[in-house]
Amino acid sequence: MANYILKRFAGMALVIFIVLTLVFVLVRLAPGDPAAMMLGPEATAADIAALRSQLGLDQPIIVQYLGFIASVLQGDLGTSIFFNQPVTDVLIARAEPTVFLTLFSILIAVAIALPVGIASAYTRGSLFDQGTLSTAILVASVPSFWLGLIIQQQLGSNLGLLPVSGYGPPEAGFFERMTYLIMPAIVLGIVNSALIIRFTRASMLDVLSEDFVRTARSKGMSESRVVLKHAFKNALIPIVTVVGLTFALLISGAVVTERVFNLPGIGSLVVGAVLRRDYPTIQGALIVVAALYVFVNFLIDMLYLAIDPRVKY
Amino acid sequence: MAGASAAVAAPSLFKVLIQRRSVALGLAILAVVLFAAVFADVIAPHDPGVMSVRNRLKPPSAEWWFGTDEFGRDVFTRLIYAGRVSLIVGIDTAVLASVIGIILGLTGGFFRKLDAPVSRLVDAMMAFPDILLAISLVAVLGGSLANLILALSIVYAPRVARVVRAATLVIRELPYVEAARALGTSTWRILVHHILRNMVSPVIVQATFIFAYSMLAEAGLSFLGVGVDPSTPTWGSMINGGRQYIGTADWLILFPGLAITLSVLSLQIAGDGLRDALDPRLSKDL
Repeated sequence: MANYILKRFAGMALVIFIVLTLVFVLVRLAPGDPAAMMLGPEATAADIAALRSQLGLDQPIIVQYLGFIASVLQGDLGTSIFFNQPVTDVLIARAEPTVFLTLFSILIAVAIALPVGIASAYTRGSLFDQGTLSTAILVASVPSFWLGLIIQQQLGSNLGLLPVSGYGPPEAGFFERMTYLIMPAIVLGIVNSALIIRFTRASMLDVLSEDFVRTARSKGMSESRVVLKHAFKNALIPIVTVVGLTFALLISGAVVTERVFNLPGIGSLVVGAVLRRDYPTIQGALIVVAALYVFVNFLIDMLYLAIDPRVKY
Repeated sequence: MAGASAAVAAPSLFKVLIQRRSVALGLAILAVVLFAAVFADVIAPHDPGVMSVRNRLKPPSAEWWFGTDEFGRDVFTRLIYAGRVSLIVGIDTAVLASVIGIILGLTGGFFRKLDAPVSRLVDAMMAFPDILLAISLVAVLGGSLANLILALSIVYAPRVARVVRAATLVIRELPYVEAARALGTSTWRILVHHILRNMVSPVIVQATFIFAYSMLAEAGLSFLGVGVDPSTPTWGSMINGGRQYIGTADWLILFPGLAITLSVLSLQIAGDGLRDALDPRLSKDL
């Protein structure tokens, strides 16, 4: 097993290395001189030359590449052109809303999806089941930013229950700031529950028709125990996998949702950086988010070992 | 021979599809959206660009079916013109992503030595969240319709690559491929005639979903203001423009949002139906 973990870890490291290479290539896809693009039309030739040397663009491509990999591995993601600060600091300053928004959204999505998916599989073919499937497809088709605007309008402005925009005044404490995340998290949670519902239902259907479930029933075990203990435990692997995949969807959703709710997170940062052509910031955000995704999916692989003793490598 | 059997199969596939009520409904909605976009010039009751202060923010009525925006432009007219952009992005992305994905997937699945590098490349590409990668690519390449399509195709190609690779791994070992090889058939011919032909259905199913996802992504990007040229109406930019009138002129965001939802929904239903009809083994009650 230690061998397997080691192998998966090496695989993860390789994928992260390719991620870094892709990001390096991506920024250099820009037509023309990236330094000139970043500084805009008013820049003088001297400014451009200075930025070129600051970014290392005046060196041979292979030196640039090795230097890039070396500094990223040391946690140095370069300097933001706009903020004139290390990209790492800029990202950390904006991380809180995004991290907690993602966490809350996953929790809400799972809290909706598991009971609904299990109930749907258990009552297969019923009106409830058909309704669930139709609703899941519908929800997966709604643009999250549109749903966000509507919920913002209906719940926030009409009822005045929750803060609808921003991240609180500067002196707001941690818990006050978190209240600003509730509504966006509900929106993202609902939108992202659809896929998990469908996987939970399919996985439960597979398991419910297996022999050991019939055996458990014939032993006279209560239905709730059969479904929740025997069946659900065995249906977990595909469900955990799709929760991991949802992570990437959630980050994408967060980029747009942060914009709707005016949250100062990584998503808003990247959109701003795109409009300002702040390449180091875009590059840094891409690296952090992709590496995080690869790492989460590595953890999920490890989780398989814990939830299913049959998984041996 | 294969051509003849495909010709026979085509009408029956369509029949299978429209027999499912939900799929028939999905295809019907899609047909309406397509029709409206293609014939926008004929259908549109007003000019999409003409502004009129006198007619600003008029609620839906017999004259202005979906109301007017803050510049007095007809929302219905702009909606069907905007549909063109969404459909062009969706269709082109589905095609281009499939082409890139097929090349990657066939390479990885057929040539054993290339499998590991191609698979890791695909894993790495899938690690980037779609909208984030798309806006970064658009930022680097520059904001135009063609670059948006290219960016979204790069984002979604790995999904096709995975499906094609998995199918290639299976088909590669089948006796008829071995026979073709024994007969001295060229690698290229085996790839195109013996392998690619047999995975048309899973690729079409994926392409349908990519059509749907890229329409959603395009709407998101336009909403963020990093999609196509802001002067071109798109459903996403119409919602962004209507934001400030929410509560006073809700029709400005209501109709574009419904247009996106209905189009994406019809594609997802069609994709599900296609998957069930083309390959019942894949459906698995999802």
